[in-house]
Amino acid sequence: MNGAHDLGGKHGFGKIDRSQTANFSAQWEERVFALTLACGMLGRWNLDQSRSAREQMDPAHYLNSSYYEHWLSGLEQLLVEQKLVTAEELESGLSQSTPEIEAVDPTRMQQILSVGGPTLIESARDPAFAIGDKVVVVMDHPLSHTRAPGYTKGKTGTIVSHHGAHIYADQHALNGQKVAEHLYGVRFEATALWGARREAQGGAKVNRNTAEQNTGHACSHDSGDKNTGNREPVFVDLFEPYLQTVTEFKKQLGA
Amino acid sequence: MAEEKHHHHHAPPSEIEERVKRLEALLVEKNLVDTQTLDALVDTYENRVGPKNGARVVARAWVDETYREQLLGDATSAIKEMGYAGRQGEHMVCVANTPDIHNMVVCTLCSCYPWPVLGLPPTWYKASSYRARAVSEPRAVLQEFGVHLPDETEIRVWDSTAEIRYLVLPMRPQGTEGMSQEQLADLVTRDAMIGVAVPEANLPTRQS
Repeated sequence: MNGAHDLGGKHGFGKIDRSQTANFSAQWEERVFALTLACGMLGRWNLDQSRSAREQMDPAHYLNSSYYEHWLSGLEQLLVEQKLVTAEELESGLSQSTPEIEAVDPTRMQQILSVGGPTLIESARDPAFAIGDKVVVVMDHPLSHTRAPGYTKGKTGTIVSHHGAHIYADQHALNGQKVAEHLYGVRFEATALWGARREAQGGAKVNRNTAEQNTGHACSHDSGDKNTGNREPVFVDLFEPYLQTVTEFKKQLGA
Repeated sequence: MAEEKHHHHHAPPSEIEERVKRLEALLVEKNLVDTQTLDALVDTYENRVGPKNGARVVARAWVDETYREQLLGDATSAIKEMGYAGRQGEHMVCVANTPDIHNMVVCTLCSCYPWPVLGLPPTWYKASSYRARAVSEPRAVLQEFGVHLPDETEIRVWDSTAEIRYLVLPMRPQGTEGMSQEQLADLVTRDAMIGVAVPEANLPTRQS
């Protein structure tokens, strides 16, 4: 979904704040972290469904709340969806029934952590693309979870690696089904993503008004990005259904 | 109360503290979570898994050419050989900095990060500003981190969008020729393995 979480290339967030150095800024964050992992280990939902749940927060609230509040919101939603907890129980904190499901003990927890959640699976199909192929990211805007970032859509890149077939995150988030899709590393030149005339924003030295006055051009390059526009490629891992050939893309646009 | 043992500077609104406390008590009562498991999870990522793991991997790659090739060819198995594997490190790729290429890692959609080698991501890595800007103006972002690269250097930004987790292999600093693998590991910071810092040789301070 085109949610507030899809942040690549967005403007206005300012300098990067590095003042907080601890893993957790408060004890409640520690607990949310641990509760989220421990509940995830019950096996009632997968990581793609966790991410999807967090993305469903109200966008204004998402941007205005801390990371672990996103996690808390996602966890509460999944617990209710899976009927492990009712909305009334969340509100009151009082248990009305005990589900027939066993908490994960510390030994089992360490086993689950050490295995993780490998996503590599066999695919019956050969990869549709080869290294060196030019591809365009499809202009789909699903309302559900997807791992194609907005800033890549409709942009042309080059396949630089094939990571094998992995569990397709979009389908996995929808209903837990493990569908194999080939996963590729795709290189996008910065000019393909941001245009040749982009300028730095946020915390950099650039002062747009001054730059305009001095040069008479709306797009000055005095920001530290001087003549480096095409030496800042972005590499994005994309599932096969996100990709088209350039010909397919043009045909679809009716060009 | 357990909470009072912790002294945190940024006290969150008590509403969220209450909400979390209520949730934990409810889940414990319903036997959906085990308090010992929760404590062990926090302990694992606060005290056991962290960037020292990644630093050992990097230092070994600096002194052992065969291992370096293995790491760049199949990072998952090379890292597993050092004893680091599992959650959020299932499928690893290691990218090497060179005099011409600098690599940095971001996750614009959430906070994907190689936990077994780096631990939990720093707050700034998960926050909007870094996620928004790393892909569109990496050079300005690096400057904010104090990394000033020549204009000629290609900056490769790896957006960990799907399943693969990235580790940056920084260049070994000059002036470290006589150092042991252990001493080298001390030079490798978390930020250097995300690609927003460059390791430097710690020159011994003269005491005369």
